[in-house]
Amino acid sequence: MTMSYLWVAMLVLALFCGGLSGAGDLGGAALAGAGRAVELALGIAGSLCLWSGFGVLLDRSGLRAGLGRLLAPVLGRLFPTARRDPETLGALSANLTANLLGLGSAATPPGIAAVRRMKALARSEGATDEMCRLVVLNTASVQLLPTTVAALRGSLGAASPFDILPAVWLSSGLSVLAGLGASALLRRFWKKK
Amino acid sequence: MGLLVPAVLLVVSALALGRRVDVYGALLEGGRQGLELVKTILPALVLLLTAVELLRASGAMEALTRLLAPAAELAGIPPELLPLALIRPLSGSAALAVGADLMAAWGPDSVVGRTAAVMLGSTETTFYTISVYFAAAGVKRSRWAVPAALIADLTGFAAAAFFARRL
Repeated sequence: MTMSYLWVAMLVLALFCGGLSGAGDLGGAALAGAGRAVELALGIAGSLCLWSGFGVLLDRSGLRAGLGRLLAPVLGRLFPTARRDPETLGALSANLTANLLGLGSAATPPGIAAVRRMKALARSEGATDEMCRLVVLNTASVQLLPTTVAALRGSLGAASPFDILPAVWLSSGLSVLAGLGASALLRRFWKKK
Repeated sequence: MGLLVPAVLLVVSALALGRRVDVYGALLEGGRQGLELVKTILPALVLLLTAVELLRASGAMEALTRLLAPAAELAGIPPELLPLALIRPLSGSAALAVGADLMAAWGPDSVVGRTAAVMLGSTETTFYTISVYFAAAGVKRSRWAVPAALIADLTGFAAAAFFARRL
């Protein structure tokens, strides 16, 4: 429903401002926008297919599981309670590796499974500290290969679509650190569960 | 960076082949999933780019940018990127639409275009993620998840503006 409100709000804003400023052909603009959406989708479709294929390859070759084993010590430190339950830990690891590899849509199912399992074990209505930490990690987007954005840059004629990688790594690294730092601070102000 | 992508593809494909994985078949199957993904996001992109184009043609985008420019300057973010920063936590496809619009208007290699790309690459759809995760698991109170995630987003935006210009 959120998107419905957002959609109506955007239309109201556009009509209101267009009326005030006496902007020209808004109908033409709307149609041009719709057309550009198809160009955009087609422009990035090739890269999306290539990287989705890459994701399946990482899964089948067991390389993603290997990455998960590499990450286990970090996960154990961030999720001390979940670490004791292999099922939660497996879901957490699948969630984090999918995020790292830029397979956003593959991250959601194990992420939800991890929160469900944490909730069953914690037997509480509210989010536990570790659930909050998990969603903060997911919303901060730690990505090694931001493939969709690179595809978008490529389709618009960027000289070197992947040359934003160092900036993306540093920015998402800082944003994760800020999220974890804020978590450590904020949890003091909230009641237990 | 030019060699990174083919090198990553080669290393992973060769390792997988060494483990007797049907590399080509896996890539093809993933490609079909990618097409499904394109099919899923296209209708949303149509609606959102229609709205973005209307907002721009009507002057609303410019008014919004001017209104919020002082706050953006405080965080070191170019004001042109504010619409993107505002929509980013709410909707992934809307952010993609706004980001594509900025990159096309300013050029993908301009400061604004690069910053938009880094912002898109280093942040996530915060509200969507939190509501999906907690709703699916039946968690009632999200406690400090939203403020902490928004602090992470803001940091990501400011860092993107800083690094996109320098790296």
